Amino acid sequence: MLHLDHLVKKFGGLTATDDVTLDFPAGSLSAIIGPNGAGKTTLFNQITGHLVPTSGRIMFDGENISGLKPAAIVRKGIGRAFQVASIFPSMTVEEALATAVSAHNRTAFQLHSAFPPLNVRHQTEELLALLGMEPVARSLSGEISHGDQKLLDVGLALALNPKVLLLDEPAAGMGPEERWQMMDTVKHLWKSRNMTLIFIEHDIDLVFKTAEIIHVLRYGAVLASGKAHEIRGNPEVIKAYLGSETDTVKDAV
Amino acid sequence: MNSTRIFARTSLMAVIGLAVLILIGVIYPGTWLLDTMTGLFASGLLVMSLHLLVGYTGLVSFGHAAYFASGGYIFGMLLQADGVVAALGGWAVPIATLVALLGTGGFALFVGLICARLSEIYFAFLTLAFQMLLVSAIQGLVQYTGGDQGLTGGIPRPEFLGLNLVEVKDRYVFSAFLFMAGLLVIRLVTLSSFGATLRMVRDNETRTAFLGINTYRVKVAAFTIAGMIAGLGGVILAIFTSAAYPEWAGWAVSGEAIFMIMLGGLHSFYGPLLGVVVMRAINDITLIYTTHTDLAKGIAILFVVLVLRRGILDWILDVRATRRKRGTSGDQITSQALTKTAKGTKDAAS
Repeated sequence: MLHLDHLVKKFGGLTATDDVTLDFPAGSLSAIIGPNGAGKTTLFNQITGHLVPTSGRIMFDGENISGLKPAAIVRKGIGRAFQVASIFPSMTVEEALATAVSAHNRTAFQLHSAFPPLNVRHQTEELLALLGMEPVARSLSGEISHGDQKLLDVGLALALNPKVLLLDEPAAGMGPEERWQMMDTVKHLWKSRNMTLIFIEHDIDLVFKTAEIIHVLRYGAVLASGKAHEIRGNPEVIKAYLGSETDTVKDAV
Repeated sequence: MNSTRIFARTSLMAVIGLAVLILIGVIYPGTWLLDTMTGLFASGLLVMSLHLLVGYTGLVSFGHAAYFASGGYIFGMLLQADGVVAALGGWAVPIATLVALLGTGGFALFVGLICARLSEIYFAFLTLAFQMLLVSAIQGLVQYTGGDQGLTGGIPRPEFLGLNLVEVKDRYVFSAFLFMAGLLVIRLVTLSSFGATLRMVRDNETRTAFLGINTYRVKVAAFTIAGMIAGLGGVILAIFTSAAYPEWAGWAVSGEAIFMIMLGGLHSFYGPLLGVVVMRAINDITLIYTTHTDLAKGIAILFVVLVLRRGILDWILDVRATRRKRGTSGDQITSQALTKTAKGTKDAAS
């Protein structure tokens, strides 16, 4: 489905993505982990067209999409939610989701009928139910809880019915209980929509319990890839990342 | 409610609104009232169309008067041109109105294509630059525009559909029609799917692009529509004054339009219209006593920004919403008041 082929991204002298070759099969649920500054978000930014790779290819459905504009890549079927929830604060949850559905249906420029059109309204209701956000449907996006804002961000991406969904730390900034709830919801969405899901996460327990395949990045390069038990037993990974908390902090600096 | 019904209902409201305006003209046919209203229609369309950009799309244009003047000048120049009135006869005014609308739309599209590439302050300054360019063009092309003197000598307005625009009442009726038509278009745009897309761009342009929407195209389209409606306002003023002046394209007109939006309320649809009426009232009442009208307007703006911290209509709606909440829970009122204050401060700051 999505294949990164010898991807390199350099910022001046810094190599943020160092010859990354990764494969994300259709319908898989993968996690990308690594210390701060390992180049996880940079990788996402290249896939979604926010950054242009220095060299290498990003193959999606057999087509090289590297260098395309974000809007074009989204329309091809790669959706994304952000580390800091990126939402529309002055709209209600319902309205915000409806605008995303409208964007997907190509009715965003429509002038001849009131918003939201009937079919958009139906799809929005389905989406609200799927996300379990009916209780806050009429609340302003800017005034709902942090967890709900993160979920709404995922919902906006989901409205586009993506083949591949990228989630950048979906549980960031949440309390322990909320984090597990969020990952449960994410897993539920992944199953019900039958899509390829890739997420970045710092919480190792969360990753091991949720992801099918885990890719570990370090200094922009792939350190290891495999199932949870393989990663847990990998001495390189233990040394680099799963060691003591202080080691992780050192890596970050 | 069904989405087509909302459009039908809004259009019906516009027709009723027009009927009420015409009825006012029939019941109180005084020159002062009707001429004042006609002037308000012209400013109303200028301000409401600018609000589509400032309030709904988050595009602060400092040069919106350019399209207002463009509408008036195209209308006037066409009707003053040799042989046009003779050739078109009774159709002259409607056709000139349409040409002014389309011509201004083309002009706004051209400027929009260039300006919408830039963001925020750069966008604002470039729109201002194009406005200055238009003023220079009007002043320079003396043989077509009359230069500093404007389009003088009267704009011929042959009778059509039984309306003689030289008559105060007929002029008022036609202006009311143009005003309600322009207002209806803006209202329908804000209610449509495109209107929701405008609010997305205002709230979070980056996210909008990540939903696969070409935000550049959204901004250009909004700019063009707003320009056309402003041009319609210019047509009303040209009909009213039977002239057009380079001052119409001046920065003072653009600036006052932004003031009127702030005065009336940025967050409600009809707020800017209230701003137009209040500004006019301040102006006319002050003139009874002194000619220092700008001083009075300045004090009003300071009061709104520093005391109410939001436009008049926004303030009224907020107070009403708070009253309605009262009785449910004391905490809720406090929290709401706090968020409103925070919001107001942010608005004032921006």
